[in-house]
Amino acid sequence: MADEPLVLGIETSCDETGVGVVRGHTLLADAVASSVDDHARYGGVVPEIASRAHLEEMVPTIERALAEAGVAAADLDAIAVTAGPGLAGALLVGVSAAKAYAYALGKPLYGVNHLASHICVDQLEHGPLPEPTMALLVSGGHSSLLLAPDITADVRPLGATIDDAAGEAFDKVARVLGLGFPGGPAIDRLAREGDPEAVRFPRGLTGPRDAPFDFSFSGLKTAVARWVETQRAAGVAVPVADVAASFQEAVTDVLTRKAIRACRAEGVEHLMIGGGVAANSRLRAMAEERCAAAGITLRVPRPKLCTDNGAMVAALGAEMVARNRQPSAWDLPADSSLPVTRPHVPAGHHH
Amino acid sequence: MLLLALDTATPAVTVALHDGERVLASSGEVDARRHGELLLVAVDRVLGEAGRPLREVTALVVGTGPGPYTGLRVGLATAQAIGAARGLPVYGLCTLDGLAYATGLGEPFVVAADARRKEVYWARYADFRTRTSGPAVDRPGELPAEVAALPAAGAGARLYPEFFPGLRADLPEHVAAGALAALAAERLAAGEELPPPRPRYLRRPDAKVPTGYKAVTRG
Ligand SMILES: [Zn+2]
Repeated sequence: MADEPLVLGIETSCDETGVGVVRGHTLLADAVASSVDDHARYGGVVPEIASRAHLEEMVPTIERALAEAGVAAADLDAIAVTAGPGLAGALLVGVSAAKAYAYALGKPLYGVNHLASHICVDQLEHGPLPEPTMALLVSGGHSSLLLAPDITADVRPLGATIDDAAGEAFDKVARVLGLGFPGGPAIDRLAREGDPEAVRFPRGLTGPRDAPFDFSFSGLKTAVARWVETQRAAGVAVPVADVAASFQEAVTDVLTRKAIRACRAEGVEHLMIGGGVAANSRLRAMAEERCAAAGITLRVPRPKLCTDNGAMVAALGAEMVARNRQPSAWDLPADSSLPVTRPHVPAGHHH
Repeated sequence: MLLLALDTATPAVTVALHDGERVLASSGEVDARRHGELLLVAVDRVLGEAGRPLREVTALVVGTGPGPYTGLRVGLATAQAIGAARGLPVYGLCTLDGLAYATGLGEPFVVAADARRKEVYWARYADFRTRTSGPAVDRPGELPAEVAALPAAGAGARLYPEFFPGLRADLPEHVAAGALAALAAERLAAGEELPPPRPRYLRRPDAKVPTGYKAVTRG
């Protein structure tokens, strides 16, 4: 519909410079410039390298997104930007550019929450979010279970990782197996040729007295490293595909089990999975199976919308406009630890 | 000509509007930790004080550093985005040149800004318009002796007076956007082509992967 809000969204919380354009629930453009290759040799995202790349790519990516969407900047109803959480210096490039862009165009600005955006992006794939929605967000930076009765105003954290994020565990195990960075896609690929039952790796925080919705992946990572070292010390060839498959099985088992338990505990019938790890094929397959068995409707956006991108920020911005939420002010700060309970940062609501 | 100038490469967040003849309005606030929050509010205030809307601006001038990176990028991202949104040219000038221009000195001198980590960003000038070496980043004790002995301006010189015997406390501490704009206006009027707004980092990035970033969703 032409009267749905036309919004441009900017995302720079980590290593992707993302700019998306949406009209309501319709994706018009999703331009991404990634600096991931520059970080590969360090085995993780280097903040200063990411920030420099954001500054270089910011305006070209905005212009690419507008061209891709076939809209003029003057026709936008609002500009949305990730205000946090994320890497402080990286966020600041996007926030500065978004504020200036909105100001120069005379458009309202919405500083929004990165995690809420990961949830809201599913509106571009599967239409309006059911209320409430249960969300499992898994990436290199976060692993959390969130209950979202209203994605623009009410998001409640049920649990999160107490140590490594799920994606981080993938990266670290990939390093142990000599598969390079980022580890997720490499392990996913290799695991298809391996036996997921070959090694029974530990499932963290699944005991009866453990926090039901929190995650822990650091013990798993250590167990994999130790197992591999033992094999090597004994002069036995490491069955890399089996280890990858068994590790991946342990991660996805815990993630899906806890997500479904959270749905049951809260009486929620819809589960969405977002974040970079949601691109993992085993996680998607296992979630489908277990949700079907539990009578829960599963929503997972296509992989490109699961990783960090500007379209997800635009999607949440469009929802803010549609629900008449208050825009942000020109002194909107980049907040590296913006709590998930704040889906956006309206004027006068920081400091 | 209506130039909007801004600089965030030093602890100062500074904005000025210049019509080619003089500064119409300006703003300077010193707060090294809040560049991102202060800059656009200052732009809005300066335009308001001058009574000129943004659509009358013909070009932007931004300080390209050298300066602490996070703050430096606020000014560059802001200038580039305003330029893109309004289809305006954006020029980049060395921040130390702006500071040098403000001294008005007709003799050789040195400008030094605080580069943190016990270093200074510095450049040497023959007079207030002419840079003869730099910008560079060094420990203050490692500057060539004949440069360190010159009259010195800037926060870097004030921070290490033992290495800058020619320190002149009457000269500016930080860059002011008014001076940056005046310098740009002068060069544009002379038919000079000004450089694009590219950051002068002078150092390679610290290649350190942070630990503890995953905790963002807790608490
Ligand atoms: Zn993310």
